[in-house]
Amino acid sequence: MSDVILLGTRKGTVILDRTPSGWRPRSMAHAGIPVCYAARDPRDGTLWASLDHGHWGPKLSRSHDGGKRWEDAPSIRYPQGARYIVKYLPTPDFDPGAPTGQPEYADATVFKIWNIAFGSAAQPGRLYAGTIPGGLFISDDGGESWELNRPLWNHESRGGDLFNGDATSENRWGGTPASIDYGVFEPGIHSIVIDPRDPDHIHVAASSAGVLETRDGGRSWAGRNQGMLMDYLPDPAAEWGHDPHFVAGCLDQPDHLWQQNHCGVFYSDDGARSWCKVSVPEDGVNFGFPIAADARDGRTAWVIPAHGDAQRMAIDGGLSVARTTDGGRSWQTFRTGLPQQNAYDIVLRHGLDAAGDSLCFGSTTGNVYLSDDRGESWRCMGNNFPPVYSVRFG
Amino acid sequence: MPTVKMTTHLFRFFPALENRELTVPAGSVAEVVRAVDVLAPGFSDYVLDERGALRRHVNLCVNDAMVVDRKTLSDRVGDDATVYVFQALSGG
Repeated sequence: MSDVILLGTRKGTVILDRTPSGWRPRSMAHAGIPVCYAARDPRDGTLWASLDHGHWGPKLSRSHDGGKRWEDAPSIRYPQGARYIVKYLPTPDFDPGAPTGQPEYADATVFKIWNIAFGSAAQPGRLYAGTIPGGLFISDDGGESWELNRPLWNHESRGGDLFNGDATSENRWGGTPASIDYGVFEPGIHSIVIDPRDPDHIHVAASSAGVLETRDGGRSWAGRNQGMLMDYLPDPAAEWGHDPHFVAGCLDQPDHLWQQNHCGVFYSDDGARSWCKVSVPEDGVNFGFPIAADARDGRTAWVIPAHGDAQRMAIDGGLSVARTTDGGRSWQTFRTGLPQQNAYDIVLRHGLDAAGDSLCFGSTTGNVYLSDDRGESWRCMGNNFPPVYSVRFG
Repeated sequence: MPTVKMTTHLFRFFPALENRELTVPAGSVAEVVRAVDVLAPGFSDYVLDERGALRRHVNLCVNDAMVVDRKTLSDRVGDDATVYVFQALSGG
């Protein structure tokens, strides 16, 4: 049972504590600073927050005393020579005559630290950070220093090793709209799933590229997008260009992976070797951003259905949560305790979490809801939070 | 030595820079930032990215003039100049 919930919000980090009289929010930490992700390292209790300063660049902040004091952690930096092939977003001021057909390169800098993940108990100092523009960083000393994972950065699907020359292959990763705030259209790594049986076995998901897997601790990576389908490129089953919104794995059955994608809900029971689309659009289960996997039963997952993708808000003005217990063959929709009129919330990719029988989600409208019965009924934790970017049990 | 003035927002992160007349030995904007970073470690990371370029939503002025070289900060700074560090209105 979790006694802490961390909210990453547009205006700072909110920590909610379980007390005998219910959950109580503390005063805002990082007041005024956008926090795109906040989580507690279960190994040593350190709290981490990814600050998305509008002016001062992305920073990691950490607290070793449960959130009383926070400090900047050493910055994540792309190494000298890290480059990427620029993607152009066809905005109204886009000049179609500008691209020459030749790759255009840019020096990589961190725009956003989108996700933080914690290594296994066997690797006590190991941390992962997923960034825009698409680099995975790894620390082995508790965040004192970070190293770009070069095999993923240099992957042939991104143009190859640009440290040592120009592209040797086509860049087939797309950009994420989440990068536009930074004046670029580049991919971002938002999901990092570590196999509890084997710390060298990791899946990452990037918008808009797809899912990749390493089985050798990051020395090599392979795309794992078979079965995924998209509806915004001519070939729906193309190897690259997919837009997973979030990928979650089952702790006790790690071969069971769940994915809320831009183009539906996908499930894999073979460690992402293949994906099966399990959307049921007539039940509202298709578009959304977050997905939570049950820690015990690989066939159980939750999504928050939204009207997509042109509207991106709750369906018909009512919030609901859908749960499957049979690997996506069927979904149950739960509404008890959730507003069913005039609700236009959207829950972003890190805005839903599950811990045991409890679930919590927060929306960009600043509403936070909690369930203690596996999503069947909900109670409101507050309606006036800033826009919520992430919710994590600690 | 040039004088450095900055938005008070930065004092939240670098209280050591508050309530003091800040003069640093420097002949260029890059040297100014480096010198302030010595006084307040981490300062340069707030105004520059990892390539040493001025962050997109940060403005630096030497006297009344906006810096020209945002990439390597080579603009010269006279001994009697004042360097201003602002958060740009464009972001945040």
